[in-house]
Amino acid sequence: MSVAIPNVPARTSRRRGILTSRKGRVGFAILLALIAIAAFAPLIAPHDPNAIDAARILAPPDLAHPFGSDALGRDVLSRVIYAYRVSLGVAVGSTLLAFLFGVPLGLYAGYHGGWVDTLIMRPIDMVLALPALLLAVALIAIIGPGSDVALLAIAVIYLPILARVVRSSTLVVASQTYVEAARARGTPSRRIITRHVLPNAIGPAIVQATILMGFALQIEAALSFLGLGAQPPTSSLGVMLADGRDFLTQAPWIEIFPGVAIAITVLAFNFFGDGLRTRLDPRGVAR
Amino acid sequence: MSDAILTLEHVDVGFDTDDGSVSAVSDVSLSVAAGEIFGLVGESGCGKTTLAMATMGLLPVSATVSGSVRFQGRELVGLPPEDLRRLRGDRISMVFQDPMTSLDPAFPIGEQIAETITAHRDVQRSHARDRALALLADVGIPEPERRYGDAPHRLSGGMRQRVVIATALANEPALMLADEPTTALDVTIQSQILDLLRDLRQRLRTTIVLITHDLGVIAQLCDRVGVMYAGQLVEIATVSEIFRAPRHPYTQALLAALPTQHQEPGSLRVIPGRVPNLIAPPPGCRFASRCPHVMDVCTIVPPLAHESADHLIACWLSEATREAGRPTGAATGGAA
Amino acid sequence: MSGQVMVSEEAAPVHPGAPILQVTGLVKHFSTDRGLFGGGAKLHAVDGVDLEIFPGEVLAVVGESGSGKSTLARCILRLIDPTAGRIVFDGQDVLALKGRRLAGFRQQVQPVFQDPFSSIDPRWRVGTSVAEALDAFAIGAKAERRARVLDLLDRVGLDPSLAGRRPHELSGGQRQRVGIAAALAPSPRLIVADEPVSALDVSVQAQVLNLLADLQRDLRLAILFVAHDLAVVEHISHRVAVMYLGKIVETGPTDAVFRDPRHPYTKALLEAIPRPDPDRRMEGSALHGEIPSPIAPPSGCRFRTRCPVAIGRCVTEEPEMTAFGVGHTAACHVARAEQQDDHHRP
Repeated sequence: MSVAIPNVPARTSRRRGILTSRKGRVGFAILLALIAIAAFAPLIAPHDPNAIDAARILAPPDLAHPFGSDALGRDVLSRVIYAYRVSLGVAVGSTLLAFLFGVPLGLYAGYHGGWVDTLIMRPIDMVLALPALLLAVALIAIIGPGSDVALLAIAVIYLPILARVVRSSTLVVASQTYVEAARARGTPSRRIITRHVLPNAIGPAIVQATILMGFALQIEAALSFLGLGAQPPTSSLGVMLADGRDFLTQAPWIEIFPGVAIAITVLAFNFFGDGLRTRLDPRGVAR
Repeated sequence: MSDAILTLEHVDVGFDTDDGSVSAVSDVSLSVAAGEIFGLVGESGCGKTTLAMATMGLLPVSATVSGSVRFQGRELVGLPPEDLRRLRGDRISMVFQDPMTSLDPAFPIGEQIAETITAHRDVQRSHARDRALALLADVGIPEPERRYGDAPHRLSGGMRQRVVIATALANEPALMLADEPTTALDVTIQSQILDLLRDLRQRLRTTIVLITHDLGVIAQLCDRVGVMYAGQLVEIATVSEIFRAPRHPYTQALLAALPTQHQEPGSLRVIPGRVPNLIAPPPGCRFASRCPHVMDVCTIVPPLAHESADHLIACWLSEATREAGRPTGAATGGAA
Repeated sequence: MSGQVMVSEEAAPVHPGAPILQVTGLVKHFSTDRGLFGGGAKLHAVDGVDLEIFPGEVLAVVGESGSGKSTLARCILRLIDPTAGRIVFDGQDVLALKGRRLAGFRQQVQPVFQDPFSSIDPRWRVGTSVAEALDAFAIGAKAERRARVLDLLDRVGLDPSLAGRRPHELSGGQRQRVGIAAALAPSPRLIVADEPVSALDVSVQAQVLNLLADLQRDLRLAILFVAHDLAVVEHISHRVAVMYLGKIVETGPTDAVFRDPRHPYTKALLEAIPRPDPDRRMEGSALHGEIPSPIAPPSGCRFRTRCPVAIGRCVTEEPEMTAFGVGHTAACHVARAEQQDDHHRP
């Protein structure tokens, strides 16, 4: 049973910044830092990530090389920074690509319903039914490995998810009276979709995409670890994990720091996504 | 009113919100006599539901309740939650507006009633079942034996509300709080439910507090009525007094706003302005800003005082209020 | 009563001149989806409705939930396509309209909805919502539209400065005024209002009713006013049509229907209104039972299962509309028989 809080003209309660929750603020701050690191990698990295130093093979962390060195004597910190740049790029790029195509598909399927819905959603459901990683591997097997292919593969995995999310929120919005009112007022359906439905239905998809971005970093790492993602000399976090696994006992730092980078990123995207949720996806959150 | 079953004294309810503390109920005192149907009427946000929830101890933690709520001589404010739970559904029961959400959709209706009984009484299941069947028959469900195992969605809105009332009556409560029990129903069904409530009061002598925005329902069913505005109780009187000789300017305005065929379309009396924000309500009478008779003294809260034996009014226009306000002057405070 | 009216199948018109909207034999069936097995049943939401609205009049359609009154309104607004029947607006066959002509129809027939909280887009500024139809039909230049919006806000009793606000900053009554302003924007000739005041508090309801009445008079609007609250209907409408289970059972001038209801359902509905008058307490409910399922409506007269005066003929034969006064008709075998008795008595 719910108690309506009595007459308070809701003046401020809806117009709140995105970052009202502390979780959201923390996630946002970490993300800003991570993006800055990726963007300014050449300025931040203390060493050339590919410079081989025979004297420092598997050298443990010290002041000059805080993350230690790998099997070829390369600086792990610099390599993590550059690899992170590639991984984050793939993660963000793939999610944006999926968003760009998934949102309109879900929107049209949900708004028009009927055969348009069937035509759009059946193939999407079929993609959704396949195991994600298997799908990515199959796609790479067809096109060939590389970080751009990994990006595409992740986008293919994500598109159905985002399309589904948008479709379901579109169904809710399309049943609102203001959409019906707009139709009765004579507003053309293209305009109803772009002006009424899209702005009101996109929130949950933005939240979902934010969280998916974090996981995209994991998928990219997994693909690269299997040798299906970034190809040498390009490095990514997954490539680093693959390179370091033979030296796990002697030089754990090669493995730990890329792992930590992945974990922090996933966490930050999740926090930020939760923060966004309170603002953009009111379902389940008290207004 | 010596045989009062429920007495509220100086009840204040505040809600903590992000925007500040909302004074939802301010200094409400009233008493309900055993066996009567007492109506609590007001527009949305006036605090009538909050007041009922406060009585039942059902407010969320963001609410602070002060003052005194005595039920059958027992103080309820500050009672441990477990003791309140034991009272609820037993000595005091509640009927809500929406019969769909007040029943568990996955549970057969008969068992929901039986469970209400076994939750409070140490009786055999078969006994609880018999009693539930009797209750279903009592509230006018045809073929209770056949209906006992039905899920709520198999019943119409009117039938569901009958089941909710049966559940509320399960333990022969001394007091039933009904919050807009007919608002979600069609008129012909509403008149059936009003009839049922009237009949139950006659047969079981259950005291009913009826909360509604509908003055028609009040007129049809209640013995006495309290009128609330923006958290304040402004007038209490017998139903015939309220409709024949309303004294508070708000009550008068509310009655005048009802559409009738006698008025030309476009000429309904309206109340200018709007309900004050209850986060920082104006001092004194909260109706003052919309009142045609507003005076300087209205910035002081008018005490609710006896105009006559059963007509109380909180308005400085009233001799009785002025009399009651004299000794303490401005001392009576408003919002908590 | 006798000799006052001629019994005839045709209702005598109250209004001279042509109706602005004419609905004939309107039927809307929804198929209920029964999933994989079974073909699904047909829900008879509207089952053969005839009605006319004349320029400048308020016609109320009243009924309880399940009567089909909202479905009727949605068909007239062309939000859903009826299964059968004709809708003629201003001489045009509405159901055949497409493209620009449909847009022209929409411009002249505007909706007002019940819930002031869901009927305007929460993200749109008030001014944008009011201008929606103006923008859709590209009426006037941008500056003209802007001026018109401010004018409309003023017309519905809102401070024009509210144009820049968003809906959550407004009260329910203010939002309903915004909805009305938006409906008035393209200067329609007919407004279809579906329960426009039933979500509002009494004092706000009075304001909105006054506004609708003023606008109706000043702009000579025709209003189709769908409602369940008979007190409101009695106050605002010129004519009433009472619906039960997809059919109109009685229609006529408001005064005639309220003072001299002929259909037993109308009588019961009027008796069931909780009057705000403790001296007129109604003991014993007027009607027993509940509205039957529109999936399998009763044979003959649809009201017979709850009717206190039903006779054998009501089971087998559907009653036809009979005139009981000028423009006052009802579909009831019993009322018709009484009328004929009166009429033939010497």
